[in-house]
Amino acid sequence: MKRPARPMPRLARRALFGAAVLALVAWSLGPALWQALTALKPDAQITRTPLVYLPRPVTWEHVVRLWQRKPFGTYLLNSAWVSGWATLLCVTVAALAAARVARLSARSREGLLLGLLVISLFPPILLLFPLYEGARSLGWINHSLALILPYAALNLPLALWVLESAFRQLPPALDEAARMDGLSALQRLVRIHVPVAVPAVATTALLVFIFCWNEFMLAVTFMTRDDKKTVTAGIASVSGASVYEIPWGQLSAAVLIATLPLLLLVLLFQRPIVAGLTRGAVKG
Amino acid sequence: MNDARRAATPGGTGLGREWREDLLLLPAVIVAAAVVGIPILRVVQLSLSRVELDGGLKIAWNGLGQFVRLWQDGRWWIALRNTTEFTVLSIVCEMALGVAGALLLHRSFRGRGAARALVVLPWALPTAVMSLGWAWIFNDAFGVMNDLLLRIGVLDHPVAWLGRPDTAMAAMVVADVWKTTPFVTLVVLAGLQGISVEVQEAAALDGLTGGQRLRHIVLPLLRPALLVALVFRIIQAFGAFDVVYVMTGGGPGGSTETVSLYAYKNYFRYLDFAYGSAVAVQSVMLVGLLTAVLMRLARGSGGTR
Repeated sequence: MKRPARPMPRLARRALFGAAVLALVAWSLGPALWQALTALKPDAQITRTPLVYLPRPVTWEHVVRLWQRKPFGTYLLNSAWVSGWATLLCVTVAALAAARVARLSARSREGLLLGLLVISLFPPILLLFPLYEGARSLGWINHSLALILPYAALNLPLALWVLESAFRQLPPALDEAARMDGLSALQRLVRIHVPVAVPAVATTALLVFIFCWNEFMLAVTFMTRDDKKTVTAGIASVSGASVYEIPWGQLSAAVLIATLPLLLLVLLFQRPIVAGLTRGAVKG
Repeated sequence: MNDARRAATPGGTGLGREWREDLLLLPAVIVAAAVVGIPILRVVQLSLSRVELDGGLKIAWNGLGQFVRLWQDGRWWIALRNTTEFTVLSIVCEMALGVAGALLLHRSFRGRGAARALVVLPWALPTAVMSLGWAWIFNDAFGVMNDLLLRIGVLDHPVAWLGRPDTAMAAMVVADVWKTTPFVTLVVLAGLQGISVEVQEAAALDGLTGGQRLRHIVLPLLRPALLVALVFRIIQAFGAFDVVYVMTGGGPGGSTETVSLYAYKNYFRYLDFAYGSAVAVQSVMLVGLLTAVLMRLARGSGGTR
């Protein structure tokens, strides 16, 4: 017979809990924070051991020199352009399909969504070479369409899941009434589904945008010209003349700049991102 | 009755109407076919061919030739072992940390919203970019990992993390765990929210301790969420590319090369398109098989419960 464990004193438990949460937050934030600290440190401090943790004085020289050496503004614009169009295309196509899928019978709907799940699980390396062949034959190497189209397609399953489950919440009577009024499926989508499901649409767009912004394999393969690279592909080319003179200050600055837009997105839209992600994931 | 009503609405007969509504699916089907369907057929075709570069690609049927070559290729087996090692290590850590994180963030406390946002952050940052950050953290001379471990006395001299096979793999695993644990946390958190408060309270009234409740009530109820997280993570980890490409490039000496990176090198460095296709196809078949077995096992043992 085991004696039930004596509960810890309340205060100790709360302290333990607080420490655990703090450790979790520190672990999540630490690596990104370290890039920021490195980016703002003078070179002499970056290469001093034992390490100096806080930059003294704070310097912007790495950011400035990075900007002079690499077209970083162009990378950022390219990422925004590609991700923006891919998101628009993906959400539009997914919304059209979701409006139809939401009204399928339960069985065919489940089958379809399961099929989508399987598709979404194919690793990109499987598609990479045929996509490269296709982009080449269309003359799309160094053309943003070579990324926009695949990005939209690869995120279609996620977008469809989230939108479909939102559209299904609409009362069928509403849809039926609009149908009786002679609205076509497309009109109903634009005038009823989307306006009612604005939060779901926004969440979907946000998630798809983040995934597009972060994509690396296709970007680094299809975009070989510096003025066409997205941020992820551009960063791979920041290193110095040889492995031994990697400009770590500039690299950290690059990491910082590339992640800052996402940092803002996550902090601003934490709630919908978490909700959308879990919905997308748990449905599968 | 339903049909009669439909026929009475403007826009034609019920059948015609249904047919036209199906057109809504057309754009999705076209996009998916162009980017996923046709490329999969193409990569399978290439994997069963001999390809010569002669102006364009000259493709000749080769049966299972590329796969036979693959099964005799020592480098493929090493890549497969590396990938398996990476997958198993990452996932064990991620599942444990992810569940722990979810249990913490499920309790209500002041600042929980902010804590959740910060914990989700690694998931939202680009892997390729943060892998560069991790390479800097694991730098041998000025890396903060060495500095911290020296300070607390775990190490007595700096380690060239990315320069040695075992430590390079460990560094990659740490970077991947950092990046993808939030995904597990989110999925488990959603699962926790699905467990009713009554169940928890009843268990507490029955005098179960926190640990017992976790083991006998919470974890069994979390099963579906855990399975979802596990399957997603296995498939993603098995296809790992960004973190390897950026942090180690497969080195030192091929000791961290994953199957995805090996396929990539065959395509774009050795220009051996058919062989690269075979590597990619074989990897997907393996992970598909693994997933199927896992789902079957999970379903089987779930049924006897």
